[in-house]
Amino acid sequence: MATILVVGEQASGHLKKATLSALAAAQQLAQKTGGQLAGLVIGASAGQAAQELSAYGIPVHVVEGASFEHALAETHSAAAAEVAKKVGASEVVIAATAYGKDVAPRVAAKLGAGLASDVLAIAGPNQFKRAMWAGNAIATVEVTTNVKVVTVRATEFAAPQKAQSKGPVTPAQVAAPQAKTRFLEFNEVKSARPELTEARVVVSGGRGTKGDFKPVEQLADVLGAAVGASRAVVDAGWQPNDLQVGQTGKVVAPQLYIAVGISGAIQHLAGMKGSKTIVAINKDAEAPIFQVADYGLVADLFKALPEMAEAVKKLQ
Amino acid sequence: MKILVTVKRVEDYESKIKVKPDNSWIVTDGVNYRANPFDEIAVEEALRLRDANMPSEVVVVSVGPAAAAAEIRSGLAMGADRGILVKHDAFVDSDGVARVLKAVIDREKPDLVLMGKQAVDVDDNVAGQLLAEYLGWGQATFASKKESLESAEEKAKKPGVQVGADKKSAQVAREVDGGLEVLEVQLPAIVTVDLRLNVPRYASLPNIMKAKKKPIAELTPQELGVDVTPKVKVIKVEPPPQRAAGVKVPDVQTLVQKLHSEAKVI
Repeated sequence: MATILVVGEQASGHLKKATLSALAAAQQLAQKTGGQLAGLVIGASAGQAAQELSAYGIPVHVVEGASFEHALAETHSAAAAEVAKKVGASEVVIAATAYGKDVAPRVAAKLGAGLASDVLAIAGPNQFKRAMWAGNAIATVEVTTNVKVVTVRATEFAAPQKAQSKGPVTPAQVAAPQAKTRFLEFNEVKSARPELTEARVVVSGGRGTKGDFKPVEQLADVLGAAVGASRAVVDAGWQPNDLQVGQTGKVVAPQLYIAVGISGAIQHLAGMKGSKTIVAINKDAEAPIFQVADYGLVADLFKALPEMAEAVKKLQ
Repeated sequence: MKILVTVKRVEDYESKIKVKPDNSWIVTDGVNYRANPFDEIAVEEALRLRDANMPSEVVVVSVGPAAAAAEIRSGLAMGADRGILVKHDAFVDSDGVARVLKAVIDREKPDLVLMGKQAVDVDDNVAGQLLAEYLGWGQATFASKKESLESAEEKAKKPGVQVGADKKSAQVAREVDGGLEVLEVQLPAIVTVDLRLNVPRYASLPNIMKAKKKPIAELTPQELGVDVTPKVKVIKVEPPPQRAAGVKVPDVQTLVQKLHSEAKVI
């Protein structure tokens, strides 16, 4: 029987949540193809992350070794393609994170597979829905090759329940190719706040903040929220790249998205339209963000945000 | 150095994008076209690297319809030296583009290939990585600048991609989840660029005039021996689901109350 291989992503030895969304997409795909699921985690010491993935009741392969310490596309794609061949995978599914986007195409090229990228829904055994033109259109694409690679937009697939019994974890021996890239350094953006793509509440600031993010951060902290930013803010260097929400940044879909001083260009909307409840706070009553907001407040953010933080505190 | 940079003709993001009634594609009548914004950043980076590593040459390549010569011309007007248009009217998927580019690169033998990380029409973010694998090269995706776009380095038009003195390798800062990663890639390599690598220049009028005389070679996928039958076909295009219009609230107190008791999100 054909196998659907879910390639996991790990950081500091633990499985990243986005992998569970890839697993959920793979489960839906399995219902259409009748395939069986298997997992794969790659890293210098990926055993723990492999155990975490196996808790969902699927057999998990683990590729370990110093050559896989850094998530280089060359080495990780080689490992993923080799395991995919070993298990006879008909589909390889990866979350469309920075890692997945970097690695998945090389896996597809090695397997001669067509690749459906940043998929929003499984439409059939070889059909997938995905956004194009900054979300102005939703395309159904058909992958015509026997082997298929799919990257998955994590916000569109809820993590599945853990299984009653764990699947087996099996080490896979894979020779790492001589990489033509070398890791030099990682400058981590440290934050005590929840990760943007995983937060239940996101408060995002735009040009209207004039670079002063204190009111945004204070409200975020009262709500236990992540902080996001529009492109204008990141381009100006007011906030790190990592916080950009939009077509070319992060796609988020929290329970509550509060857009503060953000006009609402289509490129920004593409990154947050899937949020359950959207609040817009903007001085300009004509700002396009109000067209997608469930609740709009025309106000000066420097007055409204501290007041809102106080009002939320009273509720708690 | 020979630097090859790709430019795709895409719908202008300022144009209203509407789906055709028969769901086959989007309406293209009345839509403006331009170079993919990420590709303009790639051209800018190529020009800075050329000027910092003379003698060098920047070659602009596009895969698309005859009209895509206009986007190559805009790269030439920014300052690139010559162009190559691989003409094909029908839809080419990212895999087809990657295989066409591989054939061009086998002929041109550049030291570095710069590409936008994604084209803002299909939003695929795939072709550069496929190309790197087909060539057996290293890749650095999502290239960024360590410094901000407001920094002195950017104002001085310094390249963000740091080519080594021996031209055998380059250091590239990449935007990844959680921060900025720095890789060293052996050249030749594929670098795909993100938004914050640089601010692209505008073409000056004299340069626009000069660009008219710069050569653009024309090829076809057939001449390059590449079958561009897509592996991934677009079979239907639909408008996105619309959000129902919301309400305006008069003040902060009402907003918090509604979020608490109506939306139940706080």
